[in-house]
Amino acid sequence: MEEFAALIDALVYTRSRNEKLRLIAEYLRATPDPDRGWALAALSDGLDFPAVKSSTIRNLLKDRVDPVLWTLSRDFVGDTAETASLLWPAPDEPPSPPSVSETVELLSAMNRKSVTTELPKLLDRLDSSGRYALLKLATGGMRIGVSSRLAKTAFAQGFDVDVDEVEEYWHGLTPPYAELFAWAADGADPPDIENLPTFRPFMLAHPLEETVVDLEDYAAEWKWDGIRVQLVRAGGETRLYSRSGDDISPTFPELLDVLPMNAVLDGELLVRGSTQGGEAGGAASFNALQQRLGRKTVSKKMLAEYPAFVRLYDVLLLDGEDLRPLPWEKRRGQLEALASRLPKSHFDISSIVEATDFEHLSQIREGSREDAIEGLMLKRKDSPYIAGRRVGYWYKWKRDPLLVDCVLMYAQRGSGKRSSFFSDYTFGCWDGDPDKGADLLPVGKAYSGFTDEELKKIDRHVRQNTINRFGPVRETEKKLVFEVAFDSVHESKRHKSGLAMRFPRIHRIRWDKPPHEADRIEALRALIAD
Amino acid sequence: MGAPFSWIKPEPHGIYIEPADCWVDPSRAVDHALVTHGHADHARGGHGRTVATPETLAIMELRYRTGAEDDAGQIPHRAVPVEYGETIRLKGGVDATYVPAGHVLGSAQILLEHAGERVVITGDYKRRADPTCPPFEVVPCDIFITEATFGLPVFCHPPIEEEMAKLLDRLKAHPDRCVLVGAYALGKAQRVIAELRAAGHKDPIYLHGAMEKMCRLYEEHGVDLGELRLVADYSKDDMRGAIVVCPPSALNDRWSRRLPDPITAMASGWMRVRQRARQRNVELPLVISDHADWGELTRTILEVDAHENWITHGREDALLRWCQLHQRRARALALVGYDDEDD
Repeated sequence: MEEFAALIDALVYTRSRNEKLRLIAEYLRATPDPDRGWALAALSDGLDFPAVKSSTIRNLLKDRVDPVLWTLSRDFVGDTAETASLLWPAPDEPPSPPSVSETVELLSAMNRKSVTTELPKLLDRLDSSGRYALLKLATGGMRIGVSSRLAKTAFAQGFDVDVDEVEEYWHGLTPPYAELFAWAADGADPPDIENLPTFRPFMLAHPLEETVVDLEDYAAEWKWDGIRVQLVRAGGETRLYSRSGDDISPTFPELLDVLPMNAVLDGELLVRGSTQGGEAGGAASFNALQQRLGRKTVSKKMLAEYPAFVRLYDVLLLDGEDLRPLPWEKRRGQLEALASRLPKSHFDISSIVEATDFEHLSQIREGSREDAIEGLMLKRKDSPYIAGRRVGYWYKWKRDPLLVDCVLMYAQRGSGKRSSFFSDYTFGCWDGDPDKGADLLPVGKAYSGFTDEELKKIDRHVRQNTINRFGPVRETEKKLVFEVAFDSVHESKRHKSGLAMRFPRIHRIRWDKPPHEADRIEALRALIAD
Repeated sequence: MGAPFSWIKPEPHGIYIEPADCWVDPSRAVDHALVTHGHADHARGGHGRTVATPETLAIMELRYRTGAEDDAGQIPHRAVPVEYGETIRLKGGVDATYVPAGHVLGSAQILLEHAGERVVITGDYKRRADPTCPPFEVVPCDIFITEATFGLPVFCHPPIEEEMAKLLDRLKAHPDRCVLVGAYALGKAQRVIAELRAAGHKDPIYLHGAMEKMCRLYEEHGVDLGELRLVADYSKDDMRGAIVVCPPSALNDRWSRRLPDPITAMASGWMRVRQRARQRNVELPLVISDHADWGELTRTILEVDAHENWITHGREDALLRWCQLHQRRARALALVGYDDEDD
């Protein structure tokens, strides 16, 4: 555990990507199995120990430290694991750190009851850095500036193998990845995933921004406002994966027995409705889809009211053949042919948007708001299907955001890189005429869209204009106006204002604008798309 | 004579001593100021008359040219030096005694006595040994006005020897690079240099230009800092394997491009929190502070054993809570203008 803790500390303080790769690769080469496999799992997708939650740690600490002092400390540090590692009372015995594998074993064996006695024993065996590494490992999500992709790249560099090949096998394997290390480190045969319904990494798009493309070389498609999914059938089983590779099959059981052939398909998951066009009937807005997301069990009523289907974009594998090296145009041909073999109830195909030239396409995009779609995709006709985001192949061209002027009402401290800064903002619009005593109603929350410099300035504003404290939340004097950008706004019963924004972010900070000139709720309501 | 202690008034811009009509560490220019130490958030320029230790007055002279003549050839500022242990009688029957605070060169606590009542204002302080200034002294009093910069139980500054060893180990591991240490220009920089000398590091230490005058001032006051060189006078190759000290603001500045592949370090109590170090792009965090940590703050409150504790500039909430848990009377003062970012 000492080596792992030292690695985590070094990674926390390292800025350079190459240096991070070197540190991880060196650790993976020098550490025996299965320790390194568990470490790799912790650094990439994160490990999950159901008995150890953030709240578990909080409760353990509140038994040992005054709860008020705990809360003030946690609030300042911005990270439960780190706060706990700093506040944990130093044990009398010198540290006797367990190995990573032993740690994983002990954590796996804990249940909700035993965790309250077993986790303290483990914490007592470690020093402050070790406790930090342990708690990070135990609660998943390290948040130390290492992405899953970076960890895999480091693995590939460490053992001199191709990272795309690592990605290909990755999702068919589980920690501590014995087969992966046997292949990469010891020259064993690669893991066999052909008959497994595993996730294949998505091809992603760059924002178009100022780029202009020639429609001779690029095809345009709508960017639908659902969630990007991959539907995989192999070895007699079908699975549905989200963009991040999470298996969401149980949430959409109606899609699990409708694919008649072995294939890997890329598409947009939508539910039936009338606001989004398409050959085989329309799709409902994202708001409707949201009713279905994140459910572990699905009622018959849900299935009937919000039936899901996949609008297909691409085909990666078909009947055992890997189509990814083929140009997009060829794959599109295969996809169209394939679509006829699929039930129309659960599939349609994302149609090509025809335009005479780029200018024409631009006009079509402008008119796309009514259709409640996100914008356009531009795909190079000769592009192979490559994992990740490659320049020049695919572009996303979102429609321009909607804007509204809101007033800052509450601020909360951020976490990670922004810990101790007030970086999460709740803002509101006027519920009537502010000059006649109308109140602000919260309409949304945002924590992005500003620079580090602006963050410092807003943080100062919050601290100097606090009028109320609710735990980690500060209520501020209602005097700072944000121009908020968002993709769309919907009715919502969850919020007092009855409205919910999609992707709100701070567009500009209007230090100059008096708060009574901010927008009223009606202005926002007029922008509702569904 | 009004209610007990009515003669001392915490105001947003400093502590006002009514019978003497003067301020302690005011954050704006006043006619008559008592100053605890030379940091800019305690010692502002532009006062009419400043009472402080000779060292603090020298620092203020260096920073604000308080000894400069005006257009009429007069020196408008009056500097009134007070030695440690010396008592000065102010207007209205108030006595002020300056006592070492152990924070930086010249730093003092101020004991105020009036009508049989005793108030101690700590300014900033620490309880650890520091080769650049005399140690903090516990002064019994009725009201103890304490700082709380690191007033959270997560703050525990390790022994400085450990941090020096970390720094020297890293230096040794990278003979072709330099270690660039960001340290507050007054106090922290000189303490780090003096501690490096104490740890046996005899090589020349390179300075950012903004550090030079303050280091010279420390040397004039008898603090030995060994051989110091200015970065501007030397080449990249000269500085390989060397320690370079700069103000925190220069750490990620273009200025550092002239250095040989610097390893960025920062000497600050905030470095105890990983994310704080990350926010400042620090690769080698050195947990070194000239302020009392949580243990020192709480121990000091116990040792001083005042009738009442007033807590200021910093994380007052937590120290207030601690006082409550330990049945000590306490209140938080809302003074503005104190800046704790680089300590």
